[in-house]
Amino acid sequence: MTNPIDIAAKATPAPVARRVRGLSDRAIAWIFVTPTIFLLLAINIFPLIWTVRLSFTNYAANRPGREVEWVGLRNYTRILTDAGTWENMQTTAHFLIWTIVLQVVIGFTLAWLINRKFKGNDLLTTLIVIPMMLSPAVVGNFWTFLYQPQIGLFNYVVELVTGTPASSFSMLGPGGLAKWSIIIVDTWMWTPFVMLICLAGLRSIPDYIYEAAEVDRASKWRQFWTITVPMVLPFLMLAVLFRGIENFKMFDMVVLLTGGGPGNETLLASIDLKREAFEKWRTGYSSAYAIILFVTVFGLASIYVKALNKVKER
Amino acid sequence: MKRTTLAASAALALVWSAQANAQANELTLCWAAWDPANALVELSKDFEAQSGIKMNFEFIPWPNFADRMLNELNSGGQLCDLLIGDSQWIGGGAENGHYIKLNDFFDAEGISMDDFAPATVYAYSTWPKGTPNYYALPAMGDANGWFYRKDWFGREDIQAAYKEATGQDLREPQSQKELLQIAQFFQGREIDGQTVYGASIFTERGSEGITMGATGAMYAWGFKYENTPGQYDMEGAVNSSAAVEGLEFYKELYKTGTPPGYDNAYMEQSLDAFKSGQVAMAMNWFAFFPGLYADPTVGGDKIDFFVNPAQNVAASTLGGQGISVVSYTDNMDGALAYIKWFAQPDVQQKWWASGGYSCHKAVLEDPNFVNSAPFAGDFLEAMGGVQDFWQEPAYASLLIAMQERLHNYVVADQGTAQEALDGLIADWTEVFEDEGKL
Repeated sequence: MTNPIDIAAKATPAPVARRVRGLSDRAIAWIFVTPTIFLLLAINIFPLIWTVRLSFTNYAANRPGREVEWVGLRNYTRILTDAGTWENMQTTAHFLIWTIVLQVVIGFTLAWLINRKFKGNDLLTTLIVIPMMLSPAVVGNFWTFLYQPQIGLFNYVVELVTGTPASSFSMLGPGGLAKWSIIIVDTWMWTPFVMLICLAGLRSIPDYIYEAAEVDRASKWRQFWTITVPMVLPFLMLAVLFRGIENFKMFDMVVLLTGGGPGNETLLASIDLKREAFEKWRTGYSSAYAIILFVTVFGLASIYVKALNKVKER
Repeated sequence: MKRTTLAASAALALVWSAQANAQANELTLCWAAWDPANALVELSKDFEAQSGIKMNFEFIPWPNFADRMLNELNSGGQLCDLLIGDSQWIGGGAENGHYIKLNDFFDAEGISMDDFAPATVYAYSTWPKGTPNYYALPAMGDANGWFYRKDWFGREDIQAAYKEATGQDLREPQSQKELLQIAQFFQGREIDGQTVYGASIFTERGSEGITMGATGAMYAWGFKYENTPGQYDMEGAVNSSAAVEGLEFYKELYKTGTPPGYDNAYMEQSLDAFKSGQVAMAMNWFAFFPGLYADPTVGGDKIDFFVNPAQNVAASTLGGQGISVVSYTDNMDGALAYIKWFAQPDVQQKWWASGGYSCHKAVLEDPNFVNSAPFAGDFLEAMGGVQDFWQEPAYASLLIAMQERLHNYVVADQGTAQEALDGLIADWTEVFEDEGKL
């Protein structure tokens, strides 16, 4: 039987074969890697460097004729000394922390329950993951209706449970509920994602470890804290990393739900950045803003990845 | 091999040339997606028949209209040959070279701006404001007005209840305070077994909603942008006691006279609230009035219209747009031909008849105009006292600042009206300093 590699070699035109034969492994590796490096440079690195450069200018993309001035650190100083920026950062942190906490707790609990073998397990899993398959635009729009004080199902259920009249409160309006409304929607949508990752972690734990623990007469509670939690922790931390990065740049769903309002109650940093860049057209200023956000995410993610690696090494 | 290459090149050239010819015979007109745009599509069929130029339309929903179109202009895009852009864009359109200056064309074609209502020429066409430098032809006159449930206002039981509650007759409000009183009267009232509310007003945060709504009240109290036009001296004008009072009034109207959940409402939500029978009154642009009057549920004899009531000053918030030729068009002759066609008095008459708001004197000064629609007289009255937002090239930054300050105060209960307007001056000062105008 003829070797397929030989067939491929014979099919290669002689001039090409001559040229390739003279290349080292390293050269071939470079040939394969070069397009990727070129693409990375063109669409990632170059724009990043360009953004850094713009962040030190007063450039406005909608004013092509205006002279671009070098303003040094003025954009950075303005952003970092602006109380509004810090309010937006606090709003972002509030959203980030609460969504992650709720999604981890609920996601892990669901995964732990789903991991047990029972009838209809597969169907239930499929139903639970449906929200994360929806588009954020769809989710934002239909939750706007669900939260409607007069006709919304959410307010109706609250009235049914607590007796508070449905039209007496607005989840997306003033009164301090809006920042919790967006957390509820994000938790509803993305808890299944955390659940799936946790489920993968739970199913990767070999049964014999639990069997050995049973032999040692370890209680279920002890098995949970000394076997389940430590072995699922790297998966859980990965889920937190993904959700953290995603929610730091959360934009579409919140814009559709509240538009950043009422007032600035749900004005996340990403929404503010978009306004500066593409509504006010303060390109230099927004470049500095983007760099500050990038450094923040990159710094936090780096610290987190180091912690994740330490957990994995244990 | 050579023959094949030659044939392929020829075919490509043929396709390219056919495409270029097709483009030369086509025009794309960009506007917002709303009722008058549909009327313009119908009207433009006459232009297509006369000129042989095919018209394409790009209509963007209002909430995204400014974002989408300003991005298009700023990137030098060739999507639009003609743009019916908002009045506030005229400064940026002119100074950034997005719009063609039309003076020479108007002179050559005998199009006179004297044939159009002065307020519309000033607002939609000129930059710098009030100078005879024209960057658009007034296309769609508009202002923010009001409409109400005439059938409810006419019911004896409701009239009696109103008289008992206020000691006055229920009628079209003659002042902002009377409007508030009527809204509060209807708020939470049971009519035909349904709970109804006072008025739906603009509170939207994301684009321009709350600014367009609140300025209606503030202008009526005497709000001004500058003490001296063109000097950017805002202290004492923007935060005058009249302006503060007007803004406080708008908050009271929002808090005590609007349906629950209308905290981010603009045109669409206002229409929904009215059409679903939730409110007794609603504010919206005159552009929607023909559609409302024709509505089978709440139109006809159930609806009537009124101009924004005066308090200290008779004033309405300006809407509407001029039509401009985008400088990046590759069909300049076609675009100018459209403007020339659109400026004709008979086309303008047809424009009004089909649902558009003409700004041409031949239409507005026609003795039959006032009686041509139930809202025609109100429209004329409103256009006589319109006031517009800044039309500066930096209008977007100015608008976002006002949206934020007003929404924070009116909807989110942050601070006082005085603080909101003082803060607004600080924001605007920073913008004008960046622009080199202060």
